[in-house]
Amino acid sequence: MMKPTDIKNPSYFHKVVDCQWACPAHTPVPEYIRLIAQRKYTEAYMVNWESNVFPGVLGRTCDRPCEPACRRVRVEETPVAICRLKRAAADNKSDITEHLPDIPKTKNGKKIALIGGGPASLTVARDLMPLGYDCTIYEKDPKAGGLMRTNIPSFRLPEAVIDEEVDTILDFGVIKKFNQEVTSLKDILDQKYDAIFVGTGAPKGKDLNIKNRYEAEAIENIHIGIDWLTSVAFKHVDKIGKKVVVIGGGNTAMDCCRSSLRLGGLDVKVTVRSPKSDMKASDWEIEEAELEGVPILDNHSPKEFVIENGKLKGVLFEKMIAEYDANGKRKLISSGEDPVLLECDDVILAIGQENAFPWVEKDIGIEFNEWGQPTVDKITFQSSLPNVFFGGDAAWGPENIIWAVAHGHQAAISINNFCENIDLNERPDPITNLLSQKMGIHEWSYPNDISNSNRFAVPHTDHSHALSSIEVEVELGYDEKLALEESKRCLNCDIQTVFTENLCIECDACVDICPVDCINFIENDTEESLRLKLKVPALNTDQDLYISDNLKTGRIMAKDEDMCLHCGLCAERCPTGAWDMQKFTYIEAHTEESKILNYVE
Amino acid sequence: MTFIKKPIFRHPSLPKNDLGLTYRDYEGLVSTLCAGCGHDSITASIVQSCYDLSLPAHKIAKLSGIGCSSKTTNYFLNQSHGFNTVHGRMPSVATGANLANRDLIYIGVSGDGDTASIGLGQYCHAIRRQLNVTYIVENNGTYGLTKGQFSATNDKKSKNKKGADNPFGAIDLALMAIELGAGFVARSFSGDKEQLVPLIKKAIAYNGFSLIDVISPCVTFNNHPHSTKSYDYIREHNTAMGELDFVPEKENIQAKYSEGESVDVTLHDGNSINLQKLDGNYDPRDQDKAVSILRKYRGEGKVVTGLLYINEDANEMHETLKTSTTPLNAIPMNDLCPGIDELDKLNKSYT
Repeated sequence: MMKPTDIKNPSYFHKVVDCQWACPAHTPVPEYIRLIAQRKYTEAYMVNWESNVFPGVLGRTCDRPCEPACRRVRVEETPVAICRLKRAAADNKSDITEHLPDIPKTKNGKKIALIGGGPASLTVARDLMPLGYDCTIYEKDPKAGGLMRTNIPSFRLPEAVIDEEVDTILDFGVIKKFNQEVTSLKDILDQKYDAIFVGTGAPKGKDLNIKNRYEAEAIENIHIGIDWLTSVAFKHVDKIGKKVVVIGGGNTAMDCCRSSLRLGGLDVKVTVRSPKSDMKASDWEIEEAELEGVPILDNHSPKEFVIENGKLKGVLFEKMIAEYDANGKRKLISSGEDPVLLECDDVILAIGQENAFPWVEKDIGIEFNEWGQPTVDKITFQSSLPNVFFGGDAAWGPENIIWAVAHGHQAAISINNFCENIDLNERPDPITNLLSQKMGIHEWSYPNDISNSNRFAVPHTDHSHALSSIEVEVELGYDEKLALEESKRCLNCDIQTVFTENLCIECDACVDICPVDCINFIENDTEESLRLKLKVPALNTDQDLYISDNLKTGRIMAKDEDMCLHCGLCAERCPTGAWDMQKFTYIEAHTEESKILNYVE
Repeated sequence: MTFIKKPIFRHPSLPKNDLGLTYRDYEGLVSTLCAGCGHDSITASIVQSCYDLSLPAHKIAKLSGIGCSSKTTNYFLNQSHGFNTVHGRMPSVATGANLANRDLIYIGVSGDGDTASIGLGQYCHAIRRQLNVTYIVENNGTYGLTKGQFSATNDKKSKNKKGADNPFGAIDLALMAIELGAGFVARSFSGDKEQLVPLIKKAIAYNGFSLIDVISPCVTFNNHPHSTKSYDYIREHNTAMGELDFVPEKENIQAKYSEGESVDVTLHDGNSINLQKLDGNYDPRDQDKAVSILRKYRGEGKVVTGLLYINEDANEMHETLKTSTTPLNAIPMNDLCPGIDELDKLNKSYT
């Protein structure tokens, strides 16, 4: 027999808000989309800023784990354009100065070193500065921003956007030690910081050690993708050959090929070893590259760099076939066809990257595993040296910006606990709340008449103009009208259906009106058989069943959370108010008090 | 009522019937009745029944009179023919329509006022003629649209919402239908779809007049502690006469009930009904028994539900009248109206 659902458990309704649950930083997505719908862009931006620190950057570049999770894809083809709505908030906001935290003039006497000036370190600084900490950022490049600045080309992310959001944090009074590559952790430890955060990312691009890789005639024309992108970002490189081969199938490869098109490349190709369907790059990045005319040649495994007449002639590839064993495990084998020569002037290697710590002495107490990764606690981000914390790509290898931000928030909590002598495992609780949205008999304080439209496309710069310079941003972003239309697609999954057993008269009105058949009045049973007995079997076990206590007739109410549209019709048709639509607020705990509720109420 | 339109999104795994349709293809507009109205559950049961039977919507005509009940034809079968008639006159319009086109399935929806008061005469004659219609009375014992006066089906011991006594006794539409010769008489409760849906399916399959008197609580005026048509009262006093199972012809393999505990009734069209007897000796083919049981239980304050009476040999109106087997709209004009010469010939034959 299933037990009644405990809706007081903060995870229960949080899980129903699929986008927020999927976001590593648990950004309250429906909340900011509703603010955009009310044209409260600054407030929408601040809800984001508190959660993910770089809304303008992420609104253009986030890996958006929220979108595949969006409930909308269960009933139609495309998710809400959550990411691009975030950008709309950033594009249309007013001055945010008055909303920024006060930075105490009198410091608390604790000094923190942040190694690496990327999103993880900046997030730690953002969370600790308002508490009075002295934060020092060490950055090897002349400006902070990390991979946001060095690895994402300006046609996707203009420099001004990075500058604005990075400077917001630096202007809290962060001590900037830029153009200073840390070459010894011991040196930093010797400076008696109260805690050290390592956010150095995964800066080492993987090399491809095949024939002629290091021949003098070719070495100038074979580039490591992320290093090349960094050189482009700092304008140390401003051209490339006419024919370019980019090797690799991730997002870096897509950035490399599209950058090449803007720096003089006319015939730019991407090659991947595996079938195209196995490529690591996000679908939309692949789509953009192909729209710009870059062919993606799959099943091409590089064999050697070909040198002729004293210079690079091209790359020789072996054609591959993917074979899958009974367990679905892939094996790439040679197809036996003749090797293919792709002629080119330059080759860019974008086959992965890793974190590397040549600058961490082996005898200072930081443990590394057999792959050279530091031992880092998954919850506290503490290393084996108690005052040293790791986060972002430096902790467990390449992820993306939003993960780095999430790590930064958690590491800041740990560092604060550490400096205050509080157990690191004592994590602050999130703010949760349930609030009825009832305004009248059939009126709710949320927009339940959602749009049936398909996802609105983001307008792009004219193709030839887009390719004319690497500084021209390709995506124009939604204008206000499009943003408004897109925001109406949000199903408001944070507005929960809350059921009160003793009010129910079992009239079936909710069952009859529910557009997606998720409500059932049924004999109780085990979860396994109950799932099969519902009006439409509930086969997605990732989503819970909402179970009531016994009703008058001895049956229970069982609702499949998987399909609910949060339209509120069950509550509108309920004659006794047994169903109510209540807004579930979940605000992730940070070091300082949340202001999110000020923006939404 | 509800202000927003019902979202067009539907569960992607909704089952489909033989026509490749989901039950939502049998829906109508969103109800404008009070939230929790029993009528909406009856609507949902009609939708479910037509879906289960894989009926093509264009082969159905839905007809109603006036009242809350009669509004509901707008809420199901959006693709079907419909006629929202004058108060109490649904049976006449249904009779005319049925005479003109016997090939459609007729679903008449009426209420206790529409049937037991203003339309009582029409009701009687439709039964008397064995009009082939599924006649559903959405019976809440009150005039909801005019703020809750007692209707003719309200029990004498029931009070109104303000506590006033009902001075008059109730008309029992089911008992009356049996007396008048209806071939299929059932009673059910809007809050029990497990009983109601098989009854509607059976009634649609039945060839002749079929009545389902569905007690359907009025949440606004007649769902209080002194009502005998409230959700709670019906649940406490419901006495089901049998558990029905509708067996379409194509699935007519031997039933799951053992001999002696069930009654099998084969219908004209080859479909059959299996009634599992809950009350020892009850056989719905025995008219006298049906009448006496209804009277007996009414005296005991019980609400008898289920299939109360069925006559598998009754002739429907067209059989009695020996009308053309072809619907009038399918008969060529020359045959339908042979012209003045034929009329003259006919007239001369009487001289």
